[in-house]
Parts: sequence; structure tokens; C-alpha cells
Amino acid sequence: MKKLDILIAGAGGQGVVLSSDLVAEVALASGYDAKKTDIHGMAQRGGSVISHVRTGPRVWSPLSREGDVDILLAYEKLEAGRWSYFLRPGGVAIVNNYALPPLSVNLGVEKYPGDDEIASVLKQSTDEVYLVAGTSLAAKLGDMRTVNVLMLGCASAFMPFKLSVWNDVLSNRLPAKIRQINLAAFERGRKEIRGAHI
Amino acid sequence: MSTQMSARIPQQESTRKSPEVRLLSGNEALALGAYHAGLTVAAAYPGTPSSEILESIAKFDGVYAEWSTNEKVAMEVVLGASYAGARSLASMKQVGLNVASDPFMAAATTGVNGGIVVVSCDDPGIHSSQNEQDNRHYARLAKVPMLEPGDSQEAYDFMALAFHISETFDTPVLLRSTTRLSHSKSTVRITGKRGPTGREIAFHRSPEKYVMLPSSARLRHPLIEERLVKLAEYAETFAANQVSWGDRKSKIPHAGLGIIASGIAYQYAREVFTKASFLKLGMTYPLPQGLIRDFASKVARTIVIEELDPFLEESIKAMGIKVSGKEFIPRVGELTPVVIEESCRRAGLWDVGGKGREARPTSQPRPAVTPGQTGQSPLQASALPKRPPLLCSGCPHAGIFFILSSLGQRSKLPRSRATLPKDSKLIITGDIGCYTLGAYPPRNAMDTCACMGASIGQALGMEKAGLKDGHKIIAVIGDSTFMHSGITPLINAVYNEGHITVLILDNGDTAMTGHQPHPGVGVSARGQKTQPVVLEKLVEGIGVKNVKVVDAFNLKAVRSTLNQALDSDELSVVIVRGPCSMLLPQRSGARCVEPEKCNECEVCLMLGCPAIRHEDGHVFIDGTLCVGNACTLCEQICPRQAIGPQKRT
Repeated sequence: MKKLDILIAGAGGQGVVLSSDLVAEVALASGYDAKKTDIHGMAQRGGSVISHVRTGPRVWSPLSREGDVDILLAYEKLEAGRWSYFLRPGGVAIVNNYALPPLSVNLGVEKYPGDDEIASVLKQSTDEVYLVAGTSLAAKLGDMRTVNVLMLGCASAFMPFKLSVWNDVLSNRLPAKIRQINLAAFERGRKEIRGAHI
Repeated sequence: MSTQMSARIPQQESTRKSPEVRLLSGNEALALGAYHAGLTVAAAYPGTPSSEILESIAKFDGVYAEWSTNEKVAMEVVLGASYAGARSLASMKQVGLNVASDPFMAAATTGVNGGIVVVSCDDPGIHSSQNEQDNRHYARLAKVPMLEPGDSQEAYDFMALAFHISETFDTPVLLRSTTRLSHSKSTVRITGKRGPTGREIAFHRSPEKYVMLPSSARLRHPLIEERLVKLAEYAETFAANQVSWGDRKSKIPHAGLGIIASGIAYQYAREVFTKASFLKLGMTYPLPQGLIRDFASKVARTIVIEELDPFLEESIKAMGIKVSGKEFIPRVGELTPVVIEESCRRAGLWDVGGKGREARPTSQPRPAVTPGQTGQSPLQASALPKRPPLLCSGCPHAGIFFILSSLGQRSKLPRSRATLPKDSKLIITGDIGCYTLGAYPPRNAMDTCACMGASIGQALGMEKAGLKDGHKIIAVIGDSTFMHSGITPLINAVYNEGHITVLILDNGDTAMTGHQPHPGVGVSARGQKTQPVVLEKLVEGIGVKNVKVVDAFNLKAVRSTLNQALDSDELSVVIVRGPCSMLLPQRSGARCVEPEKCNECEVCLMLGCPAIRHEDGHVFIDGTLCVGNACTLCEQICPRQAIGPQKRT
């Protein structure tokens, strides 16, 4: 592998930062150099959050370049559209089919874009778009909060890391109480990605 | 010259087997590096992006770590610890050093006994700050050495260097990080471990060193100038000032380029210029003049790539060396590889070594510093609704800002055609914390935000300026911010007979920086119980006669207390008390909207609660976000009693 740039996007509270930690740990455990960085505004919840993860034999900048990201993993549809310009041509977009309208939409000041509009924004960057019902699948598994690990399972199919390394890192990093359900979510995501191409 | 050095670094006790490699954030690495370098006392006030440094240190055994009331106090604690022989560290965000600048300058004057490292985390790009100041200037002002790590490995390694320099040259050391360094993770080879510091903890009287009466301060100044000369000599062979030669022979356009850089900007520059030569400065004050001169003489053209001010560039120019940088690299905002690439391309410095790496247009607006920027937004992506940060569901600030907004006629219902007055009769001076978000729509309920504690002094100043026409002035400040810098201006308002109203929003937390405790909470940095400072007693003790405490989740009480305070001609303090919703141990009784009763008036939306949404023409409450019984604000404001607990089936 020469290099792999991953961008994870979502809204505050969706587990973006934890999942990018996991990717970087897996890359490191697989023998690669890795750097990651999170970008979020002030305060704790609700704002747009992104995390850059870069891995390869040697990484200098923790920030990816616009137009150079290999995998965009979005936990919310609007955020997928917002950050898609970071994808390289032919890069992979994996999108949770879930809408969390921002306050301006609730107040009727702005309109939440339709699925076709978001798809058209994504298609400006790539045709490799995968749509996964991550949040509802995670809810069915018993905990909506596992959506980040479920989506990570989807994305793992496009990364050159062994399943055993993923399982080791997930088991080590997650507290015992939520370990099993997250391992199940990861596996579910890894299966679900097949046939999710739109 | 890559690795020789004149003064040997005290080696941290090395581990025998091959060192452990871990992925650490810059802040975690700074903490671990300090711990392994023999840190004994650490003090800080939380501030993004610096907070995790002290949080990490507080987890180590054998180190005293405290949240101080503010950065000035932290710096003073550290100074005392150093005089008593301890290796000590103060960490803060960039504007924190403004607060700590008095004792920082004092430390620079007296020098140290145990080593002192002052970590300043700057915030280029203003991710979470009130300005974009470049704290490297403080090193020059105080005439103290400054180190700038460029990744987590250096953050770890530089701590041992910093303590060594501090004790060798009798000076505090400024260690400057930035948001991108502090909040990025990269690999760290952990080569050291905690060992005995070998330092005697004792205070030996030395009035000419520690008592800065003019007579002794005059003796210190020449020593500071001598220290600076010695440090500049030391910098010439300092191991972390490194040259790496690129391809200086081939015809590739940027092969002859020599780049001087430090910190995170070095990483970006390495990423972009694959064939250039680099002088990476680990110590950016004082500068190694000989090393820079030699480097510049061996490359075809020298440029400096640095974030924010031309700090290095101006110093190098003053040496008479031909160098450029800020004529094409922006001085505003955070640098990125793309910003560097595009600026250098426009300056004609470019031709990327590799082919086909044209940067694509971006949709992120960049500071328009350099004319003629090429970035153009793909229309649809940039037209998507923004998602700014919000007050959380169950936030104790939501109710008070709803009331301030309505009392001040600052908001109207989403579909209302009413026009709002441009200026409000209720002037709200604001402060720094989560509640600064009260300035955003739909509340629009804050008129100023300058620096920690400013709201109270500003409110008094507005009153004393003599505003006419029955204006009311109210200062809004959080509990942690009040402890940090609000007490002295409140004393001032008592002393100078102010008539303002001060609202202290007491959520029992320093919430925005990640829920650190403060003196009002009664919990220490290590999570142990300690004596809480009781706000109302403190305020009464200062001499405020009209002091009220009100429940943040009882809107009627908040409104009537606030009205009483505003109508009173006395200086009034209202403490609005309610816990940060992130600290609630459990949630129950999520609210829901009864569709039969709801007439979609949308008053509830004006709370700005993220759990209340408008979808498919109906208002509904997201039960996974609602904190329920702990809040009930929406239930209290609903004019049709259409909101209540979810019915059990």
C-alpha cells in the first residue's frame, strides 16, 4: 500500500472521533505509519465533526488534501455531501442513510436537501457511492450508538487490514460492557456493504 | 549536521527492550514526556486546545496536578514549585498566556531552580478561541528559549530537552504547540520511563534572585541578556535543529529550494515539497544564525513556511539573509498542504515533482489574504445547510437565553412577520463558555464577548458611559469563568457603585473545554473531594446586597427573578443554577408532542433544543436526545400544553 487517506464525517455525538482512533490503531498494528486529526468547533454536541486518518509507509501531514481522500465515511447524509469534495476521483463514499437536520432546517430558514440532491453532489466526486441503513441496523442490533462501529465494518472492506487485527483492536479499545455488541455491529457492517452500491 | 549537540541531554532512563510504540495525541505525548522528564508539579486552567495536557498528567502517580482558578495562578504555583526545587509545568491556550503574562515575565526575570516549562497551545484557524494571536512573540518579549515540536514524537522528546535547557540556562522554557499538533495523533517511540528526578526539594533564600525589588531586578537584566547570547550559541548545535538535504542537483524546479520551517508547518511542507532541502527548527527562539546562514548559502533560494506571523522570516531578514515567505504564504488562518501548495504555485515556486497532483477546487472558503486565489466552490456542496455547534439538549443555559431573547425582543417565531428593533433596550454583555452560543440565532441574546471575565467590567463601563432612554444592562458569565476572572470586576462594581445586573450561569462545570471541575464544584483535578467555594456566599461577601439563586429549569422563577433584578436600582447578582446535561447520571421521562393538541405554533423551536425537530410539517421530540424530567423547558413554554411525558403503553 502506497498510502490510504480516510475522512470520517458526522455530527457531534455520533462517534466520529472514536472510530478514527480505531482506524489509526488498526493501521499501526498492521505495520504502517499513521496520523489522525479531528476538526470540530467549540462546545460538545451537535456541530459538524470530521476526522482525517492518513496511513502508509511514512506520513508527514495529518491533514488530507482536498481531492486526495480514498475513503469518505459519513455517519449522516448531509455531512457526506458537505465533505465529498475531499474525495479523489474514483474514491469510495460510504454513507449512513440517516438525516439529522441542523437547527436552521428545524427553524425553516434552510431546507434539508433531498436524497437526489445529495447523490448529485457526491457524484461530482465519484461514482463509487455506497448507501447503508447504518442507524436502523444498529438500532435493530440493540444500540443505536454502535452505528459508528457498524459503518467502520462497512469501510473495512475497502482497507488492506486483516480482520483479525480489527477484532484485536476493537476488543482492546472497547470497554467490556459494550464489546460484544460492537463486534457484532462491525461484522454486520462488513456484510452489509455488499450490495450497498448505488 | 543532523544529530550532534554541544550540551548533552540528560538521558531519560532507557528501557532495555525495544521501546513501545504508541499512537498518542500531541497533548498526551507532552504529558508523558514531562512525566518521564521528572515533572513534580503541574498547574493549568482548561482551554482548548490545551486541556488534555493536565488531564493526562493528573492520571500519573507521583505528580501534583491541579486545575488552578486561572492561568496567572497556575503560573505562580509553578514558579513557587520551581523555587522550591521541583520540575514544574504550566499549560494553557494561547490567550491564557495573556492572563499569565505577569508571572511569566517575572519567571523570565528571576529564572528558575527546578526547571519550568510553559506550554502555550496556539489556535491558528480559530477553531475555538476569541482571536488568532501568535504566541511566539512572547518568547522574544520575555527573552526565553522556545521549542516547537512538529509531531507527537517530538512533543514527547522535547519535554526532556526543555527541562534540561531550563535548568542549564536558569530560565523558563516556552513550549509552543498549536491546535493541529495538540489534537493530532501520531506514533511515539517511548524511549524513557519515570525515574528519580535527583532534585533536592528545598528553598534556599536568595533575595537578589527571588525578590524583584528594583535593586535586584537591575542585577537580573544583564544576566538575561547574557543568557540569550549563550542560548543562541547553544542553538547552533542543538540536536532538534536539523538539516535534511534534498535533491540539489537535478533540474526539477523546486529541487534548489531551501525551506526553513518548524512545528506542524514543517510536516505540511515535507508533504508538498518532495525534492527540496529543509532546515527544521526545533528551537525557534533564539535562532541559530550560523546554521541558517550556512543553509541559505547552499541552496538556490530560501523560503520560510510558517503559520500566522512572519516570526522566523523577519528575524532571518534582520540577519541580512535573503529570504521570503509571507509575500505568498497566508498570515491568516491555519495552513494546510493545499494552502501551501497553491500559494507557492502562485508565487512561481512550484512545479510539483510528481505528475498529476493538481489540487482540485475546494468548497472551503479560505482567508482572502493573497489576491487572486483560485479555489472555487462546487455550487451544491457549499450551498448545503451549515451545522454550527449548539447548546445540547437539556442544557441549563437554554431557558435563560430564551427569556433574555424575549425580554430583549431579539427573536420572533419562525413564521412571524413582526419586525424586531435593530437595537435592544436590554444590553447583554457576554463572556466565554458554552453560553456564548446564546449569541447565535434563534436567541441572538449576546452583544459582546471579548475575553475571560470581561462581561462585568464592560457592563459597568456601559452604565458609566451614561446610556440614556431607560436601557438596562446585564452581564452574563459562567461559573468557571466567574471564578477565573469575574470576581475582581464584581468587586469593582461594588466599590464603584454600579447598578448593573450580573447573571452567573452555574452549571457546576467547565463544560466547553471538556467538563473539568473548578473551585465551585468541590472536586480536584484528580477527582478527589475538596472544599467547594460557594458562589452566593462569595458574592455576598464581596458586598453585593441583592443576591438571588434560581433554578435554571424553572422558567417562571427565572423570569420573575430576572425582572426583579432589572427593575431594582441596585447592583444585583442572579445565580442561575442547573447541572450541565452531559453530567446527568441518568435520564428518564423523555417528552413528546401530542399531535391532537399541537397547532404547530413552533414556540418550542425557539429554545434551540437539538431534540426538538420539525419534520414533515410536524414538530416532534427525539426521545433518544431528550433528557426528560431533568429539563421540561419545552413543556413549560408550550402555550397549548401539548408537550408531556411519553405515555407508557
